[in-house]
Amino acid sequence: MTAATGVMEIALIIAFLALALGQIMSMIRLVLGPTVGDRILALDTMVINGLGLVVVLGIHQGIQIYFEVSLLIAMLGFVSTVALARFVLRGDIIE
Amino acid sequence: MIDIIATYAAALSLLVGSGFVLVGAIGLLKFNDSMTRLHAPTKVGTVGIGMLLLGSMIDTFISGDTSIHELLIMAFLFVTAPISAHFIAKVNIHRRACDTPPAPPRDSTWSTLDSPEGESQ
Repeated sequence: MTAATGVMEIALIIAFLALALGQIMSMIRLVLGPTVGDRILALDTMVINGLGLVVVLGIHQGIQIYFEVSLLIAMLGFVSTVALARFVLRGDIIE
Repeated sequence: MIDIIATYAAALSLLVGSGFVLVGAIGLLKFNDSMTRLHAPTKVGTVGIGMLLLGSMIDTFISGDTSIHELLIMAFLFVTAPISAHFIAKVNIHRRACDTPPAPPRDSTWSTLDSPEGESQ
């Protein structure tokens, strides 16, 4: 059991590192991004990476409350992406 | 015995998910066209986060109180990822950030095209 737990700890550390690296790379694309679409896409990817960070944090601490947090982040991320895209497309969010 | 197998399965799904997250972020950074860049991060939303949530489900199975609430987040992400990708593609077309679609063939069967001479549109 100890070997399996050690493998799980290493996998958790690798997942944290991969999500943090993905967050940093999306932030670089958010700063560089030549068009508005790239910036919206980078923000969407950052929200999804943050969702993954919350999920991995919930596995690490073994607390069930992180499920609600990640569900809320998923919904808000989708709504904000659609709102930004609609603002660029139509000049207005709710017509 | 089954706890050990489940722990290894959770670790494996975490590793696969983090690999997909990393690949998606590298694709977002390295591709050279707006529409091409749209392709990579959708894998982060579906496969990457899906595998992380699968690992979370297996982990709750190990610790005793099994919960399948994570399927809800997975279903929500699988439904909303194509919608947001479609909206971003529409933004790219609208801002002319890609090859624009070809002009429609010029036929005069539409009634609005048959305006009389000298009358402005």
